[in-house]
Amino acid sequence: MRHVISILVDNEAGVLSRVAGLFSGRGFNIESLSVAPTLNPEKSKMVITTTGNNEVIEQIIKQLNKLINVIKVVDYKGKEFVEREMILVKVSAKEGSRAEILRIVDIFRAKVVDVSPKSYTLELTGDRDKLEGFIDLLTPMGIVDFVRTGAVVIEREQKKRRRL
Amino acid sequence: MTKIKGAEAFVEALRREGVRHIFGYPGGAVLDIFDVIMDVKDIGFILSRHEQGAVHAADGYARSSGKVGVCLVTSGPGATNTVTGIATANMDSIPIVVFTGQVPTHLIGNDAFQEADVVGITRPCTKHNYLVKDVADLPRIIKEAFYIAKTGRPGPVLVDLPKDVMNATVKFQYPESISLQGYKPVYKGHTGQIKKLVDLVLRSKQPVIYAGGGVIHSDASDELRRFAHLTRIPVTTTLMGLGAFPSDDPLSLGMLGMHGTYRANMAVTYTDCLIAIGARFDDRVTGKIDEFAPKAKIVHVDIDPTSISKNVKVDIPVVGDCKLVLKDIIKAFEKRQDEIKILTKRLDVWHERIEEWENKYPLRYNKGDKIKPEYVVEMIDKLTPEDTIVSTEVGQNQMWAAQFYKFRMPRLFLTSGGLGTMGYGFPAAIGAQVAFPRRTVVDIAGDGSIQMNIQELATAVQYGLPVKVMILNNGYLGMVRQWQGLFYKKRYAHTSLAVSPDFVKLADAYGANGILVENPADVEDAIKEALKIKGPVLVDFHVEPEEDVYPMVPAGAPVSKMLLV
Repeated sequence: MRHVISILVDNEAGVLSRVAGLFSGRGFNIESLSVAPTLNPEKSKMVITTTGNNEVIEQIIKQLNKLINVIKVVDYKGKEFVEREMILVKVSAKEGSRAEILRIVDIFRAKVVDVSPKSYTLELTGDRDKLEGFIDLLTPMGIVDFVRTGAVVIEREQKKRRRL
Repeated sequence: MTKIKGAEAFVEALRREGVRHIFGYPGGAVLDIFDVIMDVKDIGFILSRHEQGAVHAADGYARSSGKVGVCLVTSGPGATNTVTGIATANMDSIPIVVFTGQVPTHLIGNDAFQEADVVGITRPCTKHNYLVKDVADLPRIIKEAFYIAKTGRPGPVLVDLPKDVMNATVKFQYPESISLQGYKPVYKGHTGQIKKLVDLVLRSKQPVIYAGGGVIHSDASDELRRFAHLTRIPVTTTLMGLGAFPSDDPLSLGMLGMHGTYRANMAVTYTDCLIAIGARFDDRVTGKIDEFAPKAKIVHVDIDPTSISKNVKVDIPVVGDCKLVLKDIIKAFEKRQDEIKILTKRLDVWHERIEEWENKYPLRYNKGDKIKPEYVVEMIDKLTPEDTIVSTEVGQNQMWAAQFYKFRMPRLFLTSGGLGTMGYGFPAAIGAQVAFPRRTVVDIAGDGSIQMNIQELATAVQYGLPVKVMILNNGYLGMVRQWQGLFYKKRYAHTSLAVSPDFVKLADAYGANGILVENPADVEDAIKEALKIKGPVLVDFHVEPEEDVYPMVPAGAPVSKMLLV
């Protein structure tokens, strides 16, 4: 089962290595990882996506909490949250495919960030499914280079439900 | 306020932490600290002969006294030599602080002489570690290091000290409080969980308390005894828990696990209510995990949440300090005297069953013409004072000590349980002797293990530490040979120690005393003589070479399937 976990940590040298070392040392899996300072420059937030059964996830969360530099751990499973990641993809753009690529860009509301006679470089932000769909459509055109951030997440504000 | 050097601030910080002894070894990167230490009168320095010896000694000091053990070594190889000792302390939750020298900050990362990324190397085997980059942070970091080492689930903390930082000057101000946002151990158990625990225990028919090292770390032996006596529940302890409950108490089942007693292993197999306190369901305790306490509801009291439901699914977890939780448990029980009466009456049947198991297969060994190692341990138990501190090496010597020495009080048994570090016992005994100069300290050793840190004999002689080393010399790496005998068709691959030193001459060469014992009839007198000698003694008992440790649960088998004598 895929879980998205956010970890608030001290923004210090070696903290990333403590977290990454914990995962590798105990045989936990990291699917993606993103990390950057928070508005308070003394803290950083990591978002890790991982997989495991309930027992494994419980151990991951407890072990993370045990690290001295970890301040807060949130597992987003069962919560309402917004998840986004970004890709930059350089796709080969030949005479016959240039228009088709732009159509796909339009449909996905992606952006063209660089153009050359041979290629387009595209930027797209979205959840996993959207990015996968985009990649699937571009693959036949010839992907020259590709880079993807890890997921970032934020919890949705609880909405008041109106009774009908 | 006048400024002082980092090295002086270091010593002043140790003073504020109440440090009385440092175990260590000098070197280039820590010259400035040693230059200061030379004139310090209120903190003793014990020079080991190998950094591993220093860190094990700090560990033995901590285990026996309950205080934080301190170790100081140089950079690079000095620091890497402490890694085994740090990992040993980490597995057994022992509070030590290890200070390592480091090359000057401007050289870090340059592959400088005697440089090693020690913070990187020790990250997975410390509770926490630090690199001090700015002398202004030094007092705070030392304060935090001691605090982290001794609170919560205790453990080793390493502080890496670059040479230039020790030379820089600082206005010394020792912080009074600590603010660690990410470290707030829970001490008090959840009241609701404790009530559930009490309800469960009062309904149980065949309860067992399974106590581990956590009971000793939190000084909860008195509370454990009161709880057991109040409810009449039998108690088994882990290797690390030996001494947490008096082994001569009628409720004691002895040790459980791979080389545990028959009655302890049968009791945990048939129990309907297993109360784990400060223990972590190690594989050497549980055997085949699916068949461990298969009929039981499991209660688990532990200060470390990661220990709970890690190996077995726990029905009632209680996160908290063993001592505080046990106090609350006792309080909750005392309100329910009528139900306790019914419980203690009901337990008659359970106690009868346990007695049957005990009568069927007590701990025993066959007598023979040669010296039996079990007999040596029995004699050591008989002839040493009650407050004797016993350390062990690792292997058969360790298991025989655990089985045949009667541990009646906590903090008297020093053994590397989790990591299983050969060479631990002798330096640990030295550390304990430093903490308790007047007590008898005995290292029960094997001829293999003792040679892993034999160089510390010089330390013992230099500081007049009268540690008694009892070598159960069987000419083999006995425990490995035992496994080869049982599971590898007696193919003794490289476990014969065909060449060993003459231990009597060796002791003599170091300026210690050596005694050779080859006859069962001489065992008692040799031990008496060793105890009488003022200085350190090596007693070389030539024991039955192929004696095995029994009972034994083969690795991966359920604990109810024991090989017996």
